Amino acid sequence: MTVDDTSDGRAPDPGEHPDAGGTTQQESPTPPFWRRAFDSLKVPVLAVFSALVVGALLIMFTDEDVLYAWARFFNDPLRALERSATTVWEAYSALLDGAVGSPAAISESLLRATPLILAGLAVAFAFKAALFNIGANGQMIMGAMFAAWAGFSLDIPGPLVILASLVVGTLAGAVWGGIAGVLKATTGAHEVITTIMLNFIAGFLLAYALTTDAFLPSGTGNPVSKPILDQARLPRFISGERVDLGIFLALGAVLLIWWVLERSTFGFQVKAVGLNPHAARYAGMKVATITALTMAIAGGLAGLGGATIPIGPTGTLTAGIIGFLGFDAIAVALLGKSNPFGVLAAGLLFGALNAGAVTMQAETQIPVDIVIVIQALIILFVAAPALVRAIYRVRTGDAESPLFTSSWGSG
Amino acid sequence: MTDTSSSGTQPEASVSTGTKSTDKQTADAAVAAEARRRATRRGIIWLFTGVAVIWLFAIGVDTSISSTFDLSTTTDLTLTVPSAATVWVLGGVIVALGVLQIVRPLGASGYLSVLVVILAVMAFLTWAGRDQAFSLVGMLQSTVTRATPLALGALAGVLCERSGVVNIAIEGMMLFSAFLAAFAASASGSLWVGMAVGVFGGAALAWGHAGLSVTYKVDQIISGTAINFFATGITAYLAASVLTSNPQLNRSGTFDNWSLPLLGDIPFIGEFLFDNNIYVYTMYVLLPLVTWMLFRSRWGLRVRSVGEHPRAADTVGINVLRTRYHSVILGGMAAGLAGSFLPLGSVGSFQEDMTAGRGFIALAVMIFGRWNPVGALGAALLFGFAESLNSKLAILGTPIPSEFLLMAPYVVTLFVVAGFGGRARPPAADGQPYETN
Amino acid sequence: MKVELRGITKRFPGVTANEDVDLSVSSGEVLALLGENGAGKSTLMNVLYGLYHAEEGEILLDGEPVTFESPADALAAGIGMVHQHFMLVPVFTVNENLMLGNEVTRGPLGKLDFEASRERIVELSRRYNLAVDPDALVENLPVGVQQRAEILKALYRDADLLILDEPTAVLTPSEVTELEGIISALAEAGKAIILITHKLGEVMRVASRIAVLRRGRVVGETRPEDTDEQHLAEMMVGHAVKLVVDKTEAAPAEVVLSVDGLSVRDDRGFVAVDDLDFEVRSGEILAIAGVQGNGQTELVESLCGLRTPLTGVVTLDGADVTGAPPGDLFRLGLGHVPEDRQNDGLVGPFPVADNMVLNTFNWEGFASGPVRDRDAVHDNATRLSEEFDVRTPSVDTPAGTLSGGNQQKVIVAREFTHAQRLLIAAQPTRGLDVGSIQYIHARIVAIRDAGAAVLVVSAELDEVLALADRVAVMSEGRFVGMLEGDRIDRNTIGLLMAGHATEEAR
Repeated sequence: MTVDDTSDGRAPDPGEHPDAGGTTQQESPTPPFWRRAFDSLKVPVLAVFSALVVGALLIMFTDEDVLYAWARFFNDPLRALERSATTVWEAYSALLDGAVGSPAAISESLLRATPLILAGLAVAFAFKAALFNIGANGQMIMGAMFAAWAGFSLDIPGPLVILASLVVGTLAGAVWGGIAGVLKATTGAHEVITTIMLNFIAGFLLAYALTTDAFLPSGTGNPVSKPILDQARLPRFISGERVDLGIFLALGAVLLIWWVLERSTFGFQVKAVGLNPHAARYAGMKVATITALTMAIAGGLAGLGGATIPIGPTGTLTAGIIGFLGFDAIAVALLGKSNPFGVLAAGLLFGALNAGAVTMQAETQIPVDIVIVIQALIILFVAAPALVRAIYRVRTGDAESPLFTSSWGSG
Repeated sequence: MTDTSSSGTQPEASVSTGTKSTDKQTADAAVAAEARRRATRRGIIWLFTGVAVIWLFAIGVDTSISSTFDLSTTTDLTLTVPSAATVWVLGGVIVALGVLQIVRPLGASGYLSVLVVILAVMAFLTWAGRDQAFSLVGMLQSTVTRATPLALGALAGVLCERSGVVNIAIEGMMLFSAFLAAFAASASGSLWVGMAVGVFGGAALAWGHAGLSVTYKVDQIISGTAINFFATGITAYLAASVLTSNPQLNRSGTFDNWSLPLLGDIPFIGEFLFDNNIYVYTMYVLLPLVTWMLFRSRWGLRVRSVGEHPRAADTVGINVLRTRYHSVILGGMAAGLAGSFLPLGSVGSFQEDMTAGRGFIALAVMIFGRWNPVGALGAALLFGFAESLNSKLAILGTPIPSEFLLMAPYVVTLFVVAGFGGRARPPAADGQPYETN
Repeated sequence: MKVELRGITKRFPGVTANEDVDLSVSSGEVLALLGENGAGKSTLMNVLYGLYHAEEGEILLDGEPVTFESPADALAAGIGMVHQHFMLVPVFTVNENLMLGNEVTRGPLGKLDFEASRERIVELSRRYNLAVDPDALVENLPVGVQQRAEILKALYRDADLLILDEPTAVLTPSEVTELEGIISALAEAGKAIILITHKLGEVMRVASRIAVLRRGRVVGETRPEDTDEQHLAEMMVGHAVKLVVDKTEAAPAEVVLSVDGLSVRDDRGFVAVDDLDFEVRSGEILAIAGVQGNGQTELVESLCGLRTPLTGVVTLDGADVTGAPPGDLFRLGLGHVPEDRQNDGLVGPFPVADNMVLNTFNWEGFASGPVRDRDAVHDNATRLSEEFDVRTPSVDTPAGTLSGGNQQKVIVAREFTHAQRLLIAAQPTRGLDVGSIQYIHARIVAIRDAGAAVLVVSAELDEVLALADRVAVMSEGRFVGMLEGDRIDRNTIGLLMAGHATEEAR
């Protein structure tokens, strides 16, 4: 038989598959490592920068002095500009000062980064399986609640009780994440809805727990738990600073998750399920089991993150102990592009932002909530690389963000 | 010829229609058997529900005790029934339905499930209200009020998702518009201005959502999350930096109730349905209207086609992206209306995070209502009922911690999404960005 | 009406899909646009229909240059298109689908006038003999009827030029005959028609003029009376091609796969595979022929552990494997080349190396316990790429960026290495270039000769004829005939596919 000259193996299908065929002919050599690293950092860096700029505008135009100066712009244009610049300068330098300006500030930043990194990993790990874990907040609450309970009720030697607290907290988070995972795997209920609901339920469970004798010191009506036993607190390693061993837990988790994703058969399956569940199923992977397990592991990470708070810095359990950390974690995961080391960097940045914001509010009376706005803007810019490209007219090495939105009802 | 059936190695490979028809029946029988098993399972659940109702709410209740329901707040119209006997009757009906279902599957079992739930709730109310007066009209009025933001919020979801754009930012849009509405109403002194600005605020965020998800093709859930974040942050920031130092900018007040002529005079029904504020009446009009528009008008046909099969719509000359923009912004306006209800229809001022998850519940309401506005109205009433039941039970002094009562709607939603979501069919292109060529 | 394309050039990143194409068609004419998959036929028509915009060239309508910014412009100019994948909204009625974009309304709110449009549909159905129930939901209609609805949709918009894109791909032979009648009738009624196809017989029967497209260019124009199928085929592929594989007589040995009373449901719960019994022996190729959508997909999925059978027993080498998970089956020596390679066969963003162990990643040799051996995976891929002639820049290249033929070779390389006992290949060469087809066919025969049992599912008669030692023809979930040896011929299979279970065929 004759062999066709088209059988060079590269024949694209220009008609029916323009996109599939199209990429083959312009195969460019893989760019060097530093070039790729630089390209992949462009969007996050520009996103943070843009968010800070918008935040600066917001600070300027809610400051009465600045507004007054602008109202008199035509009398004294320099003054308006000067007032604006001063206000923003004062705010951001207080922010920077509170974040990294002193050993104490760095200690605070690391302390705040710890749960963010762990919960950020929880969101990022789920992302790898194309699951959108909005439930890190609830999982952290469960983790904090059970870790605290172990921390004030198990009267056993120090290292053991710490370990017990962390394990119990991790398991509680894993169960909470696992519920969403199992529901997704068995009924197809979309994890976005179930985890949102589980967040609320966890919040009410915590509120309820803080009315019971098991959690409250006898004779108080305040919803503040019994204090965590001294031997159950995470040890501090710099005298005089509050930062504790939790940050090393977070570092360890980063390495572990990286290893699981890059080197283990389980991580291989998680990524396969995330990138193409059909092919994963055809290859014999148990998609439902992997989905459920991924959510449980994600929940465990968030639970661990939650656990580090009561047995670390706060020493007690309160209703608002988690706040919106689980939502900040989404921003951390997105900014870190779901890469464990990216999450580490983003977590440290957000920890610093949160720590700095407190100083900023104390020194300049600008509400800490500005950080939420900045985080929202970061998500926005990271999620829409096209927007960043359009604003800064740069090329980025980014693929567009993945799609999580399969329809609500069915998986 | 060498067909294998004649050679004997493949006895059934070729066709012989006579024997195959019975095989077809085996396969059909297997299908039928499974449907039958499902029906039986449902019957068993009903049977147990009925028994549980009688066990919990009738056994041990003194037969001389009666329950009294107040049917009016202005007149002394009441309904008094013997507690135990009533529960026995209600529970008996449920048991009978269950037995019937097991013996011979009934049609329309979806509706019957709803009926079973209603009967069980009535039995529960009879028990909870035993030996005391229970304000049924008050509870129903509060049901309608609580359902309003949920129904309008769900309408926002329906409008977006029917065009193929998932909207989890209803919460953020509501919160943002609640802030703007309270601020604008206080600053202008006019509730109507507040409402208009609130609607505008919802539309503005929706425009952002459309821009991100339709034009920039950002994942719609991420875009929604960013908007929720933004709304939480900006309202908290502005409330802290502007409203706290200027409390006069956060005193909007609320719309008055307005009893509809004639309808409002109907005893009992008129009192909780037709003596309400402008938001409730808007809900009455808007949801059926949008349903009609979606399924009977040119606009609706086009919106739905874009959400189901955008390429088909494109090939007949419908501008998919523009249609999605319009639908999402309309949805944002509905969310804005829902958000402005909170300060202007209920509370009288803006409070930080005052939506408290209603936007997410609205999402569940939308799914429960099967992406149909009238369905969403029904679902919203159900959720509103659950909420107002909670608050009434607290008054009646049932021994359930209030946290669990507050948790109930979220647990219900979880079950609804898990049990029901699998069967409801969302628009086929929901969540998928459309790539034009 | 006369439509002309002049010098159309359409490029996609890295690919020129159409280059300097000239074409014209007038009322009453059926122009067949003939070409292999990927020759650029659909792209060209999408340019004409306003879905794509050409980089160069112009479109003339009755001699006047026109530009179509969108399908709406093309529609307004009287050009209608019946797409290969129907552009019908499944949850709408036929009536709603037909009026969409062209609605008749009443009143200020735009109330749809279903009655008026129903009348129009009934009138059109009658005039062109296209029976469709206007109030039926599209998703409940058989494919052939959906196609009639699509044609009506174009007529409803007063189309004078109808573009039919591969209209017979999903039809049974009798439906094809019916469609050919419809096409001729439409031409007689004064419509201009462009028929996109790669089927030669069809072209010879209905076309009044034939344009052959190869690699984006028009390589020839002719008329049916001036040519024959062999000549057309040569024009299409560029040289004489015969899809014949060198293969020896089969030497069937022991039974490997045995299927007894198997029934399987499809996603909608309907019985798609209806009580099948058959065996495949070591050293033979059983081909399942049939129009797509007659239960082949469900059959293969149930045999590969992807779909739980409703009834029946499947054994592999004597062991009951009914409902066994795919992972177990692979270890028992099953290889499965899935029908939809992009969706089911590959994880596109994964490198070639990972895709080559997609279902063996946790086997001894590629992993020890939970730890992957990445060097072994890499070496394996390098070896297989060479052995199976996979053209890829490196084994670290994402598989999704390879051409269709090379993607399929990645899957074939993976599956054939562990198909020691049974190979199930569904539509193994669909959409591939001739060279890849020949290569994969030769490999399939080789694995048969190595002693595996082979089950090939194909909708392409040529493929079935080239490969099969035995042919089972599948229709509506059943085997309507089982042919062997010299009983395997084009005509008999065609008749059986159409549902004629003749006495002779038995």
